[in-house]
Amino acid sequence: MTSTLTPTRKRSALTKGQLPKAAPYIVLVVALILGAAILALIGFNAFGWGVVSALLFTVGLVSWSGAVEGSRKAKDKLVTCLVVGAFLVALLPLISVIWTVLVNGIPGIVTPGFLGNSMNGVTGAFDNKSVEEGTPVLGGIYHALLGTIQITLLATVISVPVGLLTAIYLVEYGNDGRLARAITFFVDVMTGIPSIVAGLFAAAFFFAVVGPGTKTGAVAAVALSVLMIPVVVRSSEEMLKIVPNELREAAYALGVRKWRTILKVVIPTAISGIASGVTLAIARVIGETAPILVTAGFATNINNNVFGGWMASLPTFIYTQILNPTSPSNPDPSTQRAWGAALVLIILVMILNLGARLIAKLFAPKISR
Amino acid sequence: MSKRIDVKDLNVYYGDFLAVEDVSISIEAKSVTAFIGPSGCGKSTFLRTINRMHEVLPGARVEGEVLLDGDNLYGPGVDPVTVRSQIGMVFQRPNPFPTMSIRDNVLAGVKLNNQKISKGEADALLERSLRGANLWNEVKDRLGKPGSGLSGGQQQRLCIARAIAVEPQVILMDEPCSALDPISTLAVEDLINELKDEYTVVIVTHNMQQAARVSDRTAFFNIAGTGKPGKLIEYAETSTIFNNPAQKSTEDYVSGRFG
Repeated sequence: MTSTLTPTRKRSALTKGQLPKAAPYIVLVVALILGAAILALIGFNAFGWGVVSALLFTVGLVSWSGAVEGSRKAKDKLVTCLVVGAFLVALLPLISVIWTVLVNGIPGIVTPGFLGNSMNGVTGAFDNKSVEEGTPVLGGIYHALLGTIQITLLATVISVPVGLLTAIYLVEYGNDGRLARAITFFVDVMTGIPSIVAGLFAAAFFFAVVGPGTKTGAVAAVALSVLMIPVVVRSSEEMLKIVPNELREAAYALGVRKWRTILKVVIPTAISGIASGVTLAIARVIGETAPILVTAGFATNINNNVFGGWMASLPTFIYTQILNPTSPSNPDPSTQRAWGAALVLIILVMILNLGARLIAKLFAPKISR
Repeated sequence: MSKRIDVKDLNVYYGDFLAVEDVSISIEAKSVTAFIGPSGCGKSTFLRTINRMHEVLPGARVEGEVLLDGDNLYGPGVDPVTVRSQIGMVFQRPNPFPTMSIRDNVLAGVKLNNQKISKGEADALLERSLRGANLWNEVKDRLGKPGSGLSGGQQQRLCIARAIAVEPQVILMDEPCSALDPISTLAVEDLINELKDEYTVVIVTHNMQQAARVSDRTAFFNIAGTGKPGKLIEYAETSTIFNNPAQKSTEDYVSGRFG
């Protein structure tokens, strides 16, 4: 028979059994109900419910799929469950941290004067009064915010030239020689230095050079630079390396000197990556506590001079508020201020990260027609 | 404004490896000279020694003399930057600067060297160079747009415009059409024909028809085997090389029996 008609069949010969589209949702609902039931037997808690339901969901979906669709699809479903599970596990602490800080920090932030006042003159008596009589919590983080910004800014001013020039030496002039390899090695070692060691180094250095007990914002900035420089070197180096050699050769062939080629062709081509690398390096050091504790000390008053006197910063502010509450008998106001400061710090880091993306986008070479 | 090139007993090394051995060749001013030969025979390497681009690579060095109107490029005290501003180069792959507009790309040789140039002069130079590269009509309405937004053939002509904007004596081209389609290739070949009225042009090509079409004289390079140095086998009028070569290996290569 030479019919051109396709024989009508119930199913294409090219497909096997398929689960209905709603299958994952059905299994999910069943798993949630079963999980709740099992947990009810041994005492309900949300975390256990999630874990048990996830296990039931995986087992249910994989065995159903194995029965209907065959082993290859079942394996696919199993791996999908594992990947999604791992993703959720990774996401959980992040969301939890943000949630906790938001819930605890917002009352601190919305208190009038929190961002505009320092802790100068705020004593335990005020805190006791606010707890007993319900008056607003006094004192704020203005001095710490100012300190953090000054210290980080100075650290950036120190680290970026040193780091960028080192990266330029490594990529453009080092030729992978002995010195270049030694620098790369030590930069890698520096990346792993514990931050407290960087702080002790800066403190010891200034004690030796300026005098014992020198604690200023500048010392803290030097300590942060020790942490920041390797990050800047590494990220700038990677960015300079991916600038195609063709561009350098094109500039040389036009009779442009090497240093001008680097300044006008190589760096502008890589600037977006370098700038976002620097911003991420800043975000990395802005929350450092230990090195600042040993280099800038604590302060409760506003200090506008990085080069003189003790200086507060957000991380050390949080540390001292929690560890040595302003009023030892009523630590709650101090705790509230600490959470508020933590929220401000997270917002700062988030702004820096968004800034890095914006910079990368603004400076990126344009290829639109 | 074009100068002749005389190469005497040139050996080119990568570290200890002798890449090109004992080349002597005379390139006339205001002519097109093509280098042909199988891959790896050292024709690009040799081309890069003519404007001292070879030594940009680590470990690369040269023995012998390259004379530009009698002045040795490799003489003591010669600044490679001066050499390169007199002998321009166009590369295999179009490489406009991605951070610059079309206008800035053409003026790159001037601007990157921080030479002072008035806006009027810059505009005149821009138009002259782009017209010289047959690109003016295609880009005159979008000079401020990025150069990397052009098509491959346009980008290559932009690179040629960039090279002639520094007003060199000699233009070297390293397989300038190998990344282009036939129509863009034609545009670049027409351009090479026009360029020889003013410049000395040296072109490396794998395309023998192209060598036959554009060049006045042709040099055939060959290599005895892997790890052996490349050598100049024969150098003559293009018609001689293609119709009546003196060497057996040249005839084999141009007739397609080998390579």
